[in-house]
Amino acid sequence: MEPISDLIRRLADRYGRERSSLLPILQGVVEQEKFLSEYSMTEIARELNLPAADVYGTATFYSFLEYKKMGRYIIRLCKTITCSMKGENQILLTIQDLLKIKVGETTPDGNFSLLQTNCLGFCHKAPAMLINNEVYNELTPEKVRDILTSYINSNGGGIKNVNNSST
Amino acid sequence: MEKRIKITINGETTEVQPGTSVLDAAHQAGVIIPTLCYHKDLCVAGNCRVCVIEIAGQKRLAAACATPCEDGMEVLTNTLKVRNSRKHIIELLLSEHNAECTSCYRNGNCELQKLASDYKIMTQDFIDLIPFKNFTIDNFSPSIIKDDSKCIKCQRCVRTCAELQSVNALTMAYKGEHAMITTFFEKSMNDVVCTNCGQCVNHCPTGALTEKNYIEEVWSALADKNKFVVVQTAPAVRVGLGEELGFDPGKRVTGKMVAALKRLGFYAVMDTDFTADLTIMEEGTELLMRLKDALYEGREDVKLPLATSCSPGWIKFIEHIYPDFLGHLSSCKSPQQMFGALVKTYYAKARKINPSKIVSVSIMPCTAKKFEAARPEMRDSGFRDVDYVLTTRELAIMIKQAGIDFLKLQDMSFDRLMGESTGAGVIFGATGGVMEAALRTAYEIVTGREVPFENLNITPVRGMEGVKEASITIEDPLKEWAFLDGVQLNCAVAHGLANAKIVMDAVRDGKVKYHFIEFMACPGGCLGGGGQPIPTNPEIRKRRAQAIYAEDAGMPLRKSHQNPEVIKIYKEFLGKPLGEKSHKLLHTTYIKRTNF
Repeated sequence: MEPISDLIRRLADRYGRERSSLLPILQGVVEQEKFLSEYSMTEIARELNLPAADVYGTATFYSFLEYKKMGRYIIRLCKTITCSMKGENQILLTIQDLLKIKVGETTPDGNFSLLQTNCLGFCHKAPAMLINNEVYNELTPEKVRDILTSYINSNGGGIKNVNNSST
Repeated sequence: MEKRIKITINGETTEVQPGTSVLDAAHQAGVIIPTLCYHKDLCVAGNCRVCVIEIAGQKRLAAACATPCEDGMEVLTNTLKVRNSRKHIIELLLSEHNAECTSCYRNGNCELQKLASDYKIMTQDFIDLIPFKNFTIDNFSPSIIKDDSKCIKCQRCVRTCAELQSVNALTMAYKGEHAMITTFFEKSMNDVVCTNCGQCVNHCPTGALTEKNYIEEVWSALADKNKFVVVQTAPAVRVGLGEELGFDPGKRVTGKMVAALKRLGFYAVMDTDFTADLTIMEEGTELLMRLKDALYEGREDVKLPLATSCSPGWIKFIEHIYPDFLGHLSSCKSPQQMFGALVKTYYAKARKINPSKIVSVSIMPCTAKKFEAARPEMRDSGFRDVDYVLTTRELAIMIKQAGIDFLKLQDMSFDRLMGESTGAGVIFGATGGVMEAALRTAYEIVTGREVPFENLNITPVRGMEGVKEASITIEDPLKEWAFLDGVQLNCAVAHGLANAKIVMDAVRDGKVKYHFIEFMACPGGCLGGGGQPIPTNPEIRKRRAQAIYAEDAGMPLRKSHQNPEVIKIYKEFLGKPLGEKSHKLLHTTYIKRTNF
């Protein structure tokens, strides 16, 4: 993996060093690191000559910019009304039971983090969740168990298209 | 002349310049609109909505502070709709505000409390959200306490920290109901780039940001029969204190302040202006030495420009933001710390007091001084040089607590020994003052003549312009300074850390060639300090500055090197400026800090 300071310099070369370049750079770091550490934020602040507090303010404003250490796979389960009505809670219990973590926690092996999110726009195929950038919908406890098992079995290598043809 | 536009406010026509906000137009027309997030020092935010007004033809209410006047606009500020809306807005703000007013440091001087009082908020129609949130108080800083439960998110502090000071220690983080004003990674104010200048405290409408007060500690010391509690007062306090105690801004209350301090029970009431004069002797000599090394000896490692070191907010700023420029700082301690070091050595010896029994208190217009006094470097007397630092506001509180009728006090003068000062020491309280005082002395040391300005008033360095420049050409100097003949001494003055940053960037980029720069952390210099009475705004700063210069003009001695006590202390104790003893007691070192 690219060292964070190199990554930030490369992102700044690509997106510029203006105040408006901050967001794509934050996204770029999250893409690789899954979260923004204190070190990443001070490096970004230094690279763009911005106050570190402003970087922190921006990072905490956006839901998909994490600022606490995250696992390799971030599970974001939709908690909004439709998903909630279509059994989101059963899905949540299944995930918690399988991974032995609660919302906001990361598995000890550093592979999975579990978060809740607001509407993903998949109300018509509720309940839905994201694992990193992959969408999984019309979830049932069985299905979610299969999905997670495939992630676990691939030893964190990542697996796509698990019964996901409808997306 | 520019075209003026006509608007009507509550049916009365008024003419204003284009671009005037409805709020300003109303105030010009004698109509008061309440505000909260608005402050004259800062850009318009329009986020508190307390200043809502009705505009004819518009369905929605508008924020008066953020609405520019348009020709023919009809504004209504006192309709039922406006009044009810304002009341609801205040109630909503209160529902998220820890309104335990009786136990709040800002009780009696809180803008939200005043609004609640004006609009008589007697009921609670909205759920009090405070119990549902988990607030902690950040009181790790020796200067500033941050209590989020009292924060109404008007962002005056954030704008102050960014616009006036370019420090950006505070930011808005998270969103919606979780939005809060915080620092980088929610660290303590003590662990971030905060300079402790206290401008956020001075601009906070509520008790969310307050100075850490040491009132009870000082009362305890005063009550201790075994202690000699001595006090020094900074030059800017005497032109601000009156505002807290019933006088109009710009009133000089030097004599009354001394009388009040004596009544409070201080063993000796002394003047920081004395060490301000001493600072000029040390710093002026340091400047001349550096000029000599650079121009006569031709040394290239000499750090010029020399930057002043009186303002502890500025010191912490340069330590954080320009750590590579620490060599440019004068090694002189601030007048407060020089005073502290001398009180427990020179003064103790002269008065035959055991220095361990001296409690040294200082009254400062400043919250950063609290931090400065706690710095580990500041123990050269063998003790902590300054034990407690009180702001102008804290002194006013003590005077009120003591039941002193300030208005009726008879003027008294400072105690002798470290109580004598000159006009040069007094003007330390205003931006440009240190520069002016230094030039008055340095020019005379070099040429043997007074500075070539009428009545010693070096007007180019006065006033409220953010960055001021002045040049003096040295002509016909004394023999030992002959190498300075014809040299043009370039000086600059910056006040407010945003302006300090402009000057420092120019210095770093080599765009300017200054020899000497005065930096003050607060807008207007110390008279606009973070520990001065609330409110402080451009108009009030101007009046305090006038008072400072009036005080200077009225002094019999106006040049630091004329101060008889300064002459005496060099003769009897210190030896000479930059001498061995001065070096030990009056000079200090700086450290590099992180920039976040």
